Amino acid sequence: MKTKFGITLMLVTGVAVLAAFSTDYSQFNQRLAKDQEILHALKRVTFGPRPGDVEAVQKMGLKKWIDLQLHPERIAENPELTERLRPLESLTMSPTEIATNYPPPAVVQAMMRGLLPMPADPEARARMELQAKRLEAKQEAKGDLKDKQGKGGDPLQQAMRQQVLAVTDPVARRKLIANNTPQQVLAYDLNEAKLYRAIYSNRQLEEQMVDFWFNHFNVYMDKGADRILTSSYERDAIRPRVFGKFRDLLEATAESPAMLFYLDNWQNVSPDRAQQGRFGKQFAKQLAKQKAKQSRGLNENYARELMELHTLGVDGGYTQQDIIEVARCFTGWTINQPNRGGEFIYNDRVHDKGEKTVLGVEIPAGGGQDDAERVLDILARHPSTARFISTKLAQKFVADDPPPALIEHMAKTFRDTDGDIRAVMATMLESKEFLSEGAFSSKVKTPLELVVSAVRATSAEVNYAIPLATQMAQLGQPLYRKIEPTGYSSANAEWVNSAALLARMNFALALTANRVPGIKVDQSQFQDNVAATGRQVLFRDPAKPTLESIQRALEQKEPTPGLVAGLVLGSPDFQRR
Amino acid sequence: MTSRRLFLKSSALAMFGVGAAPAWLSRALYAADAPSARKKILVAIFQRGAVDGLNMVVPFGEKNYYNLRPNLAIPKPDGTEDAAIDLDGFFGLHPALSPLKPIYDAGHMAIVHAVGSPDPTRSHFDAQDYMESGTPGRKATADGWLNRSLLSQPNPSPVRAVSLGTALPRSMRGHNEAVAIANLNDFKIRDVHGAGTFESMYDNTLDQVLGGAGRETFEAVKLMQSIQQQPYAPTGGVQYPNGPLGQSLMQIARLIKSDVGLEVAFAEMGGWDTHFNEVGARPTQGQLANLLGQFGSALAAFYQDLGDRMADVSVVTMSEFGRTARENGSRGTDHGHANVMLAFGGGIRGGKVHGEWPGLEQEQLYEQRDLQLTTDFRDVLGELVVRHLGNPRVTSVFPGYQQPKFPGIAAG
Repeated sequence: MKTKFGITLMLVTGVAVLAAFSTDYSQFNQRLAKDQEILHALKRVTFGPRPGDVEAVQKMGLKKWIDLQLHPERIAENPELTERLRPLESLTMSPTEIATNYPPPAVVQAMMRGLLPMPADPEARARMELQAKRLEAKQEAKGDLKDKQGKGGDPLQQAMRQQVLAVTDPVARRKLIANNTPQQVLAYDLNEAKLYRAIYSNRQLEEQMVDFWFNHFNVYMDKGADRILTSSYERDAIRPRVFGKFRDLLEATAESPAMLFYLDNWQNVSPDRAQQGRFGKQFAKQLAKQKAKQSRGLNENYARELMELHTLGVDGGYTQQDIIEVARCFTGWTINQPNRGGEFIYNDRVHDKGEKTVLGVEIPAGGGQDDAERVLDILARHPSTARFISTKLAQKFVADDPPPALIEHMAKTFRDTDGDIRAVMATMLESKEFLSEGAFSSKVKTPLELVVSAVRATSAEVNYAIPLATQMAQLGQPLYRKIEPTGYSSANAEWVNSAALLARMNFALALTANRVPGIKVDQSQFQDNVAATGRQVLFRDPAKPTLESIQRALEQKEPTPGLVAGLVLGSPDFQRR
Repeated sequence: MTSRRLFLKSSALAMFGVGAAPAWLSRALYAADAPSARKKILVAIFQRGAVDGLNMVVPFGEKNYYNLRPNLAIPKPDGTEDAAIDLDGFFGLHPALSPLKPIYDAGHMAIVHAVGSPDPTRSHFDAQDYMESGTPGRKATADGWLNRSLLSQPNPSPVRAVSLGTALPRSMRGHNEAVAIANLNDFKIRDVHGAGTFESMYDNTLDQVLGGAGRETFEAVKLMQSIQQQPYAPTGGVQYPNGPLGQSLMQIARLIKSDVGLEVAFAEMGGWDTHFNEVGARPTQGQLANLLGQFGSALAAFYQDLGDRMADVSVVTMSEFGRTARENGSRGTDHGHANVMLAFGGGIRGGKVHGEWPGLEQEQLYEQRDLQLTTDFRDVLGELVVRHLGNPRVTSVFPGYQQPKFPGIAAG
């Protein structure tokens, strides 16, 4: 007995030693030099430092500054941001208002075919008729001209159009877009707002968190009704809860029409209940219609992603049977007329009333809407969720492969505080690992981080953000258009490939040469000296190869205005944060 | 042809300077002289939005086809342009696909009907995702089947896997280097002065990740420049259609003819989600006819342009799912199940419609509404991966797919 125990112990120790050797996390125990700490924190907490930011944090003290960023309600917002958001009308509309003002093609067609009533308001009716005509013309031309997937149109014509729009004032510009391409207004508003906020908001960490959680609970804007539902999703479900309790955020997404539509739960009905004819003729008819449309009762899509991507993680310890049981709990969670901006409703008549067992917990028969509430409770409080969310946050803010000790530390906070996101973030941002050599410069910027940090570093004036959004699509990160429910990865490998790298260098040169429409960089701010210009946009000395490559190039040719800054922004140095 | 290739070879090598050319480039260029050593190339084309396969390759011998589609059905072949083009007495091509008929007749195009993904989803994004990852029903797969179909080799060409478009599609993602190129002309640093400076920075940086990627990037850039020193003239004055697919295929043809080491390519065409007004005044007109017209002429132009080089090339088309067998109330069709795939090239056993036909009678339909699936799409792609590309490890290209049953479309 004793020997056996001894051997087991040896084996266990051996495994532990092996594990420690296989990945070396010792760099995460080495604290950064004092003068690097602030720059590092700025690069992670914000979308990139602006001139003067390092000094401002120095003055306030790093700890106090982080604490302030964790409490955005205490930070006055930047009036420059408010000014830019004001013309973007759809941002403050409800989905119903959006559906009325910017109807999807299906609704316009239904109205023209008399299946839906035309709006009473003569102005709205005129707009509808105009759109119907356009739609008809477009459909006849389809196949000759354009690719429906959004990449359509002659690139040259598109580029010219952007040039014109960039020099128009915001209000007139929006009218132009609304009249010529009403289908694009919603996406334009969302894209512009996202970029303006990332660039100009004083509440930088809040914007980072909105980005993180939207991406975590991703929806795809071009999937049917999500076109009109996404705006409210970000504003009403995500934004108010980014520092709140995870359980609340989870619930807000679970009942959001955008998510119900994106992952098909709005069509998730109990197959048994759908066949019972005891609810009167009208309902039987409605069900028959619904059945003909989908002809499948249970839809597992949401249940699967809820566990795999939103809470437990793929190795979080659930089975295919758990997916089915969770899907049964969510039957009847649906939307009242999604294409018209309808709201979440619970339809008890299609709910599976049977007993369910989710991750070993019994949910008794006869339940209703609360079956799914129980599921959300179980998932939000599951230890796998605490670990999964902590890991993902650490991967975004610390390193691709964060040390297990940090994750455990964060997960403990998650469990102890009943999933208080602000507390988990505080644990991470105050950890020694966050300000360590292991974390420093370890992350390659995502396209969003690259584009926004370049604009911020050069204090560029942005009067029209769509050309930046177009750049981001070319860099591989079209905003609000990630098809897969996984959202975008924050891992370095995802963003380092030939075509993307080339696009990054070209963007850097275009930006500082003032070749990106709608964006103005003051070229006179850059100093003559390469090293000094490097420091201006990198906030530290450029690496030797970067510095020497540029200096050698300048020996042969006089630089065009902004060129040196562009070369630094396209260098390996600037790709990291 | 020979002189052109010689020209390309010398210009490509000149870009790098004597002795400085990377190993993959010399290999790619010199291998081109020995036909036996030439790499096989697979081109995958995705029809996004779910094409209506029952009108693309028409089962005109099926009585219920005409009952199910009173407004949409393509008339039986009658020799006119307003009817299906007979293939074998039972199936016919949509008349807009007439440019493909000569390829079929030459025995170089195979059609597989009632093929698709076994996953029942009718969601575009799920079904596309499953088809591109090559793992129906599994979302967690990180890479795509086309990337996995590449055999590992030392020092590979940076343009061995190319997709035409701004973003790398799911099919192409993975650990093998793959590039997305919207336009060959744009694959460069737009500032000549900046190009050399960036190259020097990335060559000398201590950042291993970015340095490695940077060096690959600049190799690829030089390659693209070298093959573009003359404007492209398709063989025999072939005209590619102006739409995105035609332009993508033209650029793929150019890469193939330049012998730069291309192994797999990906192109796509959208707009197939025809819920409304799929047909115009007549069933052979309207939206679908326009799309198929562009599709067919792009494929045919590619085939003619490549000429003898088609011996090394296979092209395969796919779409995420089929459409309802019955037409809907708005002269269109809704999301369905099984569909049709085309494969053509020198090594294709063509001139035949492959696959078991499940029938269109009510009781033969999947969930009483869609074409049943009799061939898994992985059987078609798997056969091309094994017999055409010569990658025997079909289960690592399609993980979890235990027993492939190849339909017999590739000579191997």
